Amino acid sequence: MFRELTIGQYYPGDSIIHRLDPRVKLMGALLFIVSVFLASNIFSILVVTAFLIAIIVLCKVPLSFMLKGLRSIVLLLVIAGIFNLFLTPGTVLFQLGFLHITDVGIKNCIFMIIRMTYLIVGTSVMTLTTTPNALTAGLEKSLGFLKKIRIPVHEIAMMMSIALRFIPILVEETDKIMKAQMARGADFESGGVFKRAKSMVPILVPLFVSAFRRANDLALAMEARCYNGGDGRTKMKPLKYNQSDKNAYALEIGFVALTIIANILYNRYVSGLFANMLGV
Amino acid sequence: MSIILDKVSHVYSPGNAYETTALSNVSLKIEDNEFLGIIGHTGSGKSTLIQHMNGLLKPSSGTIYYNGKDTSKKDFPRKELRSKVGMVFQYPEHQLFEPTVFEDVCFGPKNLGLSKEEVDDRVYEALKLVEFPEELISASPFDLSGGQKRRAAIAGVLAMKPDILILDEPTAGLDPKGRDEILGMIDKMHKKTKNTVVLVSHSMEDIARFVDRIIVMNHGKIEYDDTPKGVFNNYKELEQMGLRAPEITYLMNDMLRYGFDVSSDVTTIEEAKKEILKLYGIN
Ligand SMILES: Nc1ncnc2c1ncn2[C@@H]1O[C@H](COP(=O)(O)OP(=O)(O)O)[C@@H](O)[C@H]1O
Ligand SMILES: [Mg+2]
Repeated sequence: MFRELTIGQYYPGDSIIHRLDPRVKLMGALLFIVSVFLASNIFSILVVTAFLIAIIVLCKVPLSFMLKGLRSIVLLLVIAGIFNLFLTPGTVLFQLGFLHITDVGIKNCIFMIIRMTYLIVGTSVMTLTTTPNALTAGLEKSLGFLKKIRIPVHEIAMMMSIALRFIPILVEETDKIMKAQMARGADFESGGVFKRAKSMVPILVPLFVSAFRRANDLALAMEARCYNGGDGRTKMKPLKYNQSDKNAYALEIGFVALTIIANILYNRYVSGLFANMLGV
Repeated sequence: MSIILDKVSHVYSPGNAYETTALSNVSLKIEDNEFLGIIGHTGSGKSTLIQHMNGLLKPSSGTIYYNGKDTSKKDFPRKELRSKVGMVFQYPEHQLFEPTVFEDVCFGPKNLGLSKEEVDDRVYEALKLVEFPEELISASPFDLSGGQKRRAAIAGVLAMKPDILILDEPTAGLDPKGRDEILGMIDKMHKKTKNTVVLVSHSMEDIARFVDRIIVMNHGKIEYDDTPKGVFNNYKELEQMGLRAPEITYLMNDMLRYGFDVSSDVTTIEEAKKEILKLYGIN
């Protein structure tokens, strides 16, 4: 049941996007978020949409798999959408008791849903195409300058990648222990809150025991290989930019610039046009 | 108390990149009172197969019958199935959680809703059956040695008095002595209680000595389903599946090739001894 989780999951593949340096993808995700928030009209939204579609096509992850991650936030989208729709002041178009729908409300609602959807899909392209290890390596290198102000970047990154590595192991372990206790007649589904909480004890105790055992073993194994933190440590596969990474950076910056240009063009010509047509 | 699997297939994570077909079209019948061995290399689908036998996994296609009843039916008593078909998982000691061995073994029978006296009786009986040292019954399960932990965990399943006992690689991670003790104990128990036992292993030596019948799994399919002799006759094919016949079978086949008149389907050391003595006219 835990295996259905897709947000933050890696989808193995060998597309152009998969092969990019993780730092390019991190920066890309950041610039994409900026653009989504900058985009405030139909022109710039179209630019963002085109960019998103291009990435989705390039990364070769099945669309259905990507949209699975959206399922978990549908409720959030609906609630936020309703609030925007009914509670925004502006020119009233429909009135329904104390609820009213305004022109600005409709616009906000549509933009909000588009933005949230794009944010989730856009950032999940990054996690779907980058292994957690590559991602932390990218973060470690990008944030390396923080070492100057005594922030232990390497240690934090190491903790992150170990934690990420342990999630699937612990999920599998939970699955096994649950099955073993079910085979001994344990029942996790019936009864009140208290009984159910109590029924978790036979799972949690062995799970903690095994987590500590694994942590201990890993620490020993790391020590046995002379691990002593980040100082002077070199990488087996150091991150290096190649030509396609540089091109990708150029494309990302071009994309943000295009979004801004679309905004300016819209404000200068189109919104004025509408105002003229309405005779304002 | 028969279990029948009819064309059972199992697919993990269907419809995404991690999709694995762990079982394809497996059909078999487990007879009453038999001692059945299942072997196959790691990842051949042994664990997946046995988890279908007590309803922990549902087949992606195919049907499983328990005593002639279809287990996928809505009104099928699934909880009863789990108590009648006892399952000892690989590394069963990882499921121990109570403060004492005694309380941990109580967990299963308590879940069956038995009276306090009945539970106590069963716990002592089960611990005796696995030859658990009496003075350690009130010890913490976390203070025991590996072999003792495993005995305690097996007792936890036996205390539910299953009609069929399934053990998934019960000797994994034990030293040779611990391995022989556990296997000897299982064999003794089978002879005493006459229950059906299904023993999963990837070691031929483990299995050859005890079982009446062997099922060989390979890539989620049943490759052989025969007596130990019948299976080990195909030792050349077994090697291609990453398995080996017992060493003694190889020795006897070599002797045969060098002109000694011995039979080629010897699987245990006792049989080999008889065959060799026969060469010298001693019976
Ligand atoms: N919970 C699971 N989720 C996904 N795949 C699994 C799971 N359990 C087993 N598998 C896969 O199914 C196949 C058979 O595994 P398993 O039945 O454990 O084999 P065995 O017990 O013979 O080693 C393997 O390829 C394994 O990776
Ligand atoms: Mg297994």
